[in-house]
Amino acid sequence: MNPLRALLFWRPGSYLRQGVATLRLRSRPVTAPTGRFFGAHQSLSVIVGMAIVTALLPFIVLLPPFSGFNNQTSFVDGFSQAGVWVLLAVGLNVVVGLAGLLDLGYAAFFAIGAYTYAYGSSPFSHNAIPFWPMLLVGAAVAAIFGLLLGAPTLRLRGDYLAIVTLGFGEIVPVVFNNSDTYTNGTNGITALGQPTVPFYTAQGFDLTSPFGSLSFGFGNPVPYYITVAAIIAITMCLLYRLQDSRIGRAWMAVREDELAAASMGINTVTTKLLAFAIGASTSGLAGVYLSSKLAIVSPSQFGFTVSFTVLAMVVLGGMGNIWGVAAGAFVIYEIQSQGLKQLNVFFQGVNLPALHLGFVNIDLATINFLDYQYLLYGLALVGMMLLRPEGLFPSRRRRAELHDVDDAGAANQEIVQA
Amino acid sequence: MSDQTAPPVLRTVALTKAFGGLVAVRSVDFEVRQGSITSLIGPNGAGKTTLFNIIAGLYEPTSGQVEFLGQRVIASPERGWLEPILWILPAFLAWGLTYLAAAAGGGTQEIQILILMGLGLLITTLITAVIRPAWYTRLLVRLGIFKSARPNDMVIAGIGRTFQNIRLFANMSALENVLVGMHGKLKASPLDAVLRTRQQVREEAASADEARRLLRYVGLTGRDDELARNLPYGGQRRLEIARALATKPKLLLLDEPTAGMNPSETASMMALFGRIRTELSLPILLIEHDMRVVMGVSDSITVLDHGEKIAEGTPAEVRANSRVIEAYLGKGAV
Amino acid sequence: MDVGIVIQQTLNALTIGAMYALIALGYTMVYGIIELINFAHGDVFMVGSFVTLWLLTTIGVQGAVNDPVQLVILLIVMFAFVMIVMGLVGVLIERVAYRPLRNAPRLAPLITAIGVSFILQNLIQATYSTANFNIPQVINTDARVSFTPPSFNLAGVAVTSSKVDATAIHIFIIVLALALIVGLQLFVRRTRLGRAMRSTAIDREAAQLMGVDINTTIALTFFIGSALAGAAGVAWSLNYGLTKFDIGFQAGLKSFTAAVLGGIGNTTGAALGGFLIAFIEVFSSQLGYSRWSEAIVFSILVLVLVFRPTGILGQQLAERA
Repeated sequence: MNPLRALLFWRPGSYLRQGVATLRLRSRPVTAPTGRFFGAHQSLSVIVGMAIVTALLPFIVLLPPFSGFNNQTSFVDGFSQAGVWVLLAVGLNVVVGLAGLLDLGYAAFFAIGAYTYAYGSSPFSHNAIPFWPMLLVGAAVAAIFGLLLGAPTLRLRGDYLAIVTLGFGEIVPVVFNNSDTYTNGTNGITALGQPTVPFYTAQGFDLTSPFGSLSFGFGNPVPYYITVAAIIAITMCLLYRLQDSRIGRAWMAVREDELAAASMGINTVTTKLLAFAIGASTSGLAGVYLSSKLAIVSPSQFGFTVSFTVLAMVVLGGMGNIWGVAAGAFVIYEIQSQGLKQLNVFFQGVNLPALHLGFVNIDLATINFLDYQYLLYGLALVGMMLLRPEGLFPSRRRRAELHDVDDAGAANQEIVQA
Repeated sequence: MSDQTAPPVLRTVALTKAFGGLVAVRSVDFEVRQGSITSLIGPNGAGKTTLFNIIAGLYEPTSGQVEFLGQRVIASPERGWLEPILWILPAFLAWGLTYLAAAAGGGTQEIQILILMGLGLLITTLITAVIRPAWYTRLLVRLGIFKSARPNDMVIAGIGRTFQNIRLFANMSALENVLVGMHGKLKASPLDAVLRTRQQVREEAASADEARRLLRYVGLTGRDDELARNLPYGGQRRLEIARALATKPKLLLLDEPTAGMNPSETASMMALFGRIRTELSLPILLIEHDMRVVMGVSDSITVLDHGEKIAEGTPAEVRANSRVIEAYLGKGAV
Repeated sequence: MDVGIVIQQTLNALTIGAMYALIALGYTMVYGIIELINFAHGDVFMVGSFVTLWLLTTIGVQGAVNDPVQLVILLIVMFAFVMIVMGLVGVLIERVAYRPLRNAPRLAPLITAIGVSFILQNLIQATYSTANFNIPQVINTDARVSFTPPSFNLAGVAVTSSKVDATAIHIFIIVLALALIVGLQLFVRRTRLGRAMRSTAIDREAAQLMGVDINTTIALTFFIGSALAGAAGVAWSLNYGLTKFDIGFQAGLKSFTAAVLGGIGNTTGAALGGFLIAFIEVFSSQLGYSRWSEAIVFSILVLVLVFRPTGILGQQLAERA
């Protein structure tokens, strides 16, 4: 049914009932479609999976060798940060992996979500809207900007689309940076409101206060961790459902062959715009969450390196595969935040002699691997594209798509050169 | 076997298409009757695929029009200049009214808000113009602004097509290809998909069954989950037809469907066309080079040469037409 | 409105435009021949300026060279060395990162290009740190012709006029860039190799069937494009006397905008676009919008791609099925 009508004649009860009903194990349709590529993912499995992962991670870090790297509190806080990247990666996956639109300015929507929250809840804006409704507002505002920034790109081919989105990704932080009256310019907006525990006030459990007034505070990382895990779980559920539906097929068709897709009745305009909007709204969610956790937002947080890192996570994780991309983002973030530091510690402890190659000295003990982070990303991306373009955790479809195509391409080369 | 009394399914009126200096299609009038198989033939470069592409909504004609089921659906745009004015006018009107209202109230903060509102309204109008929902297109028609239908509009209107050089979704399975064909006719919105409403689940299951049935109908059994690019050539051609049928068309456009097929495959394809015409009551417009197919299956043949229609009629009439023979074999052959 | 300022800024714009034009040529040539936006190209320019720094440090030049003969020899050495080195770097990048992906889906080489860009930036950053580096400006910055255009009255409005400094650096860079651009045009139009490049750009398979060695032709294209970017890097060092690891990103994006504005695939267009973009940048700065210059240039890019994707000098392609 027409989504506008659905929203206008919204009967919350019926949707809620149906929504809950779909979580039951028995929700598979009677004549279930079977087949390798058409299995419908169960939302329950996503939620259970996320619950298990969320519960286990804080305890895995108590085991060696992780226990030697850092204490549990820092790890859990790092997981919350990783969660932001996972959200970003899962959202960009919709745009790049499913719909095939190379968006290089993804950080723009991240910024928009963050600044929306800053408008909703900061001394600068004289507002104090609670965190939970701002999540939805931030997502909605980012989605609108996804439509706005996506609209000019609709008729552009792959390379040009990338450049235009890159341009937008640069323009948005510049605008935030230069508009001192509206966004406090370079200094950013500080003292943002913290998330609050639902139904809890200073006096304890209180049903009359749905958003609560007991703030998360800065000391304890656990409520933040659980919040981001919940957001990720729900988002992944929704994205899997979209992927398995008519719109998911439309995205794949548009990615494969836009003209043929249009000739089958797909409105490529709305299809692409929807991809942009959904990708942007996910990024907006991440922006709201992160800005509330850090209690500060500033234009320097949203440069091209952010867009590039998220793209690297999507590509390395396995474009098109939601769990794969999430896992890839988590792994890459942990390598970046913990792994590189540990390499520093390791080489300092091991005390290898320095290498002298002509006029270049390589002394592994003094190298700070953190400085080389983007070099490693770059090398990883190039290496991946050459050797394993489908990513670390690809979907079966993707692997089949990329490897057989390579073989065919190589065969063609041989024929022409013969 | 075609229905002579019913109005034509498709009619072109003085359709012309020029690419710069090259006139590919020159003032072609022809029609496709209900329940018939019409073939479009002509030497290479005659303009057949261009004509097809205009009918399918890919090209805009330089002049002339296409009528489908009695409605004018494709022609060169009319009063296009009016459309941008349509975007700006309501935004300014609303903005002006609110400004007047606020000015009566006083204060300068209001002005900033008003500017933002005006901008918001303008942007909303532009997005609507980009998305072009049905009510917007109807409004345009009522204002006398005419824009040619785009490919997906033609599909929704009821024209399904295949491509000369197979354009399947190579990395999707056969079943998924057909399901994509059904896209325009399915009702579930993304919101329904996200919430997995009963209606959406039922619709997905029903469409999967229907897709399987279509694959069976065109002769592809047991290959539902195979990637489209792994199917044999004949299978790919059939899949294209199944996908076109999934759009529930009222007219089927087939562009060289038997190209590269051996005689037995060709014969079974011809049988398929016949079944489509009779069992599904679906008229077919066919581009073909294989004369056995053309003569064997067509109710009516239209011949193009250098973009002009040079003959039209039953197979027997066309076969004897001297202009046709001359076009194919040269002057000496007549 | 001040005539002197207009003339001064015009000189500045021509100088900056010369550099953008040289970089834009690389973008447009590579896109014309393999339809790839070489994201790493801006960083090739940046590395070129660092190679200049290294060269001058190694030779031991510390400041302006005043003896004309020595200066000429030094300039020739600088340009020749940096251009050849950067040309080879470009060929290396193409061989390692782009050639294996020539038949891969469009996304792959695009991502690889971004990866290479980051590799180059990070290598320089790791070797040299993120600070600004001073490069000895070998052409004496004091060598200039100063004049003040006459002030006059235009329909009753007094038009003032301040001093204009036309430095030797300005003139040298503009002349050099024009010479390189014209040289490139002659090469592409008159020589056999240039013909090979043009035919490969039009139809790779047909060119191959006619006996053109595709791999060498593409490598040559990268060599020339990267060499020109290297020349721009030397020009940058002469003009500004400093460099930093991230100048490639900005300059690269602006030069790419220039290439698109002029008509991607069209070498004359790229040169024209380079000068246009520089004019827009310089004069919007002059009018007080320097903080917005980046946003303005990108907005131009978006507008051009949406409304006239073939650029100013490009050819209108019919919408084909």
